[in-house]
Amino acid sequence: MKKPKVAFFDFACCEGCQLQVANMGETVLDVLGLIEVVEWREVMSEKWGKKVDVAVVEGSITDPHAVKRIKKIRKRAGAVIAYGSCATIGGVNGMKNNFPLEDIKHYVYGDSHRFFPTEQTKAVHQVVPVDYFVHGCPVYIPEFVAVLKAALQGIPYYPPDYPVCVECKLNENVCMYDRGVSCLGPVTRAGCNSWCINNGNICYGCRGMVSNPNEKGAQDVIAKYKIPMELVLNKMNMYNKCRELD
Amino acid sequence: MSKRNVKINVEYLTRVEGHGNIVINVKNGKLETCRLDIVESPRFFEGMLRGRSVFEAQHITSRICGICACGHTLASIQAAEAALGITPSEQTIQLRKLLLHYETLDSHILHIYLLVAPDLLGVKSFVPLINTHNDLVRRALRMKKTCNDVCDVLVGRHVHPISAIVGGFTKLPRPKDLEAMHAMLTGMRPDMEATVELALKLKFPDFERDTEYVSLVSDDNEYPMLMGDLGSTDGVRMDKKDYRKMTNEFVVPHSSAKHAKLSRDSYAVGALARFNLNSEKLLPKAKEVAAAVGLKPKCINPFLNTAAQLVECVHCLEDAIAIVEHFMSTPLNYDEEIVVGLNEQGKIPVRAGNGVGAVEVPRGILFHNYVTDQNGILTGANCIIPTNQNTGNIEYDLMKLIPEILDRTDEEITLTAEMLVRSYDPCISCSAHLIDIRFNGR
Ligand code: SF4
Ligand code: SF4
Ligand code: SF4
Repeated sequence: MKKPKVAFFDFACCEGCQLQVANMGETVLDVLGLIEVVEWREVMSEKWGKKVDVAVVEGSITDPHAVKRIKKIRKRAGAVIAYGSCATIGGVNGMKNNFPLEDIKHYVYGDSHRFFPTEQTKAVHQVVPVDYFVHGCPVYIPEFVAVLKAALQGIPYYPPDYPVCVECKLNENVCMYDRGVSCLGPVTRAGCNSWCINNGNICYGCRGMVSNPNEKGAQDVIAKYKIPMELVLNKMNMYNKCRELD
Repeated sequence: MSKRNVKINVEYLTRVEGHGNIVINVKNGKLETCRLDIVESPRFFEGMLRGRSVFEAQHITSRICGICACGHTLASIQAAEAALGITPSEQTIQLRKLLLHYETLDSHILHIYLLVAPDLLGVKSFVPLINTHNDLVRRALRMKKTCNDVCDVLVGRHVHPISAIVGGFTKLPRPKDLEAMHAMLTGMRPDMEATVELALKLKFPDFERDTEYVSLVSDDNEYPMLMGDLGSTDGVRMDKKDYRKMTNEFVVPHSSAKHAKLSRDSYAVGALARFNLNSEKLLPKAKEVAAAVGLKPKCINPFLNTAAQLVECVHCLEDAIAIVEHFMSTPLNYDEEIVVGLNEQGKIPVRAGNGVGAVEVPRGILFHNYVTDQNGILTGANCIIPTNQNTGNIEYDLMKLIPEILDRTDEEITLTAEMLVRSYDPCISCSAHLIDIRFNGR
């Protein structure tokens, strides 16, 4: 059997999700044994440029050049996997959309800002159709392996659509609200095994929101614990600002 | 040969900085153009931070770079704490040093294996080595994974650390965690020895250019990575608050990226800079490796930055083991575990302030500078990454190097130029990426 051709592409991001693959250690060799990686800028010199079975796309679309490039990739890919929150929901890059473009360009680059063409940050599916989503900042590798398997078999993958709180309760963490701070777990899509709360921090919402967030319930919780609403809304914008472009 | 024309246009993409481009033009044996364009990342982090809580800055700026996630985290925390007027506990400082060691190790190993191995073995990239040098590939992946796993234990994950925040740690390692880290770190020693042996076989190009080196310096006996003043081999020393006087960023007409300079036209940061300023403070095992690879301060061969990284790997591994052992015998104070969130409870007093963080990350000194209002909301932010400080220096290196090697073949010139840029370890992707080269006039 011919091995399926897989290519990795990166757009505006920290490339941390790609690094998660390197962090698999020697087991990465087993995964690489099942597929043929034809393009991967970070580790390969070779350029393929032809049809691929699966394109793994990391990063957000933030400038006109990126729009053109992702459209070309879509044309030559059987399936597109949006890989990591920058790709699936815009992620931290979306915070840029809180500011008028001219303002933010000028703030960072001063008079040389004209060298930096930029657009509003978009998630990949806001520019081209996407077949699979691996959420997370960074991705959770067990989920990526599951998605890759599904993509190679051509069957759908459905990320969990219940809140992080479910996993958090199973992990027997003390709720952050009971510890007096706010947490985005109630409105955030599970699948990370409540990674941050297990390590004593709050959920920042990096996996995006569940499709039917119980906003009323969340508001009640927030009111009960006397946490300023604007603080929570602002926090939701950290990863989910691009949601308004959906 | 002296009348030759060479045109090299080496295009690649760098990781944090976006696009990079080396342009070398030689006409009638004279170097006409020689430049390295690095365009800063169009991700606008400094702009995006405005209006956000200083307690969110670490979470956000860690995401500037996946490789230096812990370094950005530590520089960010330092800047935030300086702005708020917080002094971290001794325990917190030690654990932060440990975290930084993990990242330095992780990054240097990746760089040494992705670059040194293919160069040494005469192949284009790491990938063919999977078949030809499986042992070496497995060793690299094993070491990489160990660095990642110890980070998981300490801060939840390497990309992006969870428990290291302003004020301290949200979760402290338990005795079994310390034991696990200790076993992993000591278990890495044989692989580290094999790495040193591999690197000893490397032939570094002969090239020298005197320049100014900049890194953290201190008056104690510790090799400074996390804390210290700013110092240079030309004798400059100043407080980190004055970092702008150290970097003196300026815009160069040919490139949209900013360059930095201090006492001369350019300066260098990174492992070699740290070695040149602080080598006498390295641990004995690291000093032995330095002697074995023939590294002595002040070393002015930029290619030897890779050798300095190797020396630092040994130092960081041994010092990390020492820190873990210290906490195995002197138990951690778990009362220091904190829950801060966005400081909803006002547990950490906030104030209007201006703070600078200066941390030695794998590629050199990294600055974060935050200005907060009286509610702890960021009103201004500035980050200066190592690669931008090195760009000007790399250009001056190329200007001296190219005329010296014009009698070689196009391939050799290109390879040597590439190796020079790579030795500064500007990033993984540009190091390993295909470089398009066009020669002209031959
Ligand atoms: S999703 Fe997060 S970890 Fe992944 S590339 Fe984007 S910023 Fe980096
Ligand atoms: S709100 Fe946060 S801490 Fe509380 S249960 Fe949900 S995820 Fe866990
Ligand atoms: S707990 Fe929240 S912020 Fe942390 S990884 Fe999971 S979804 Fe992301």
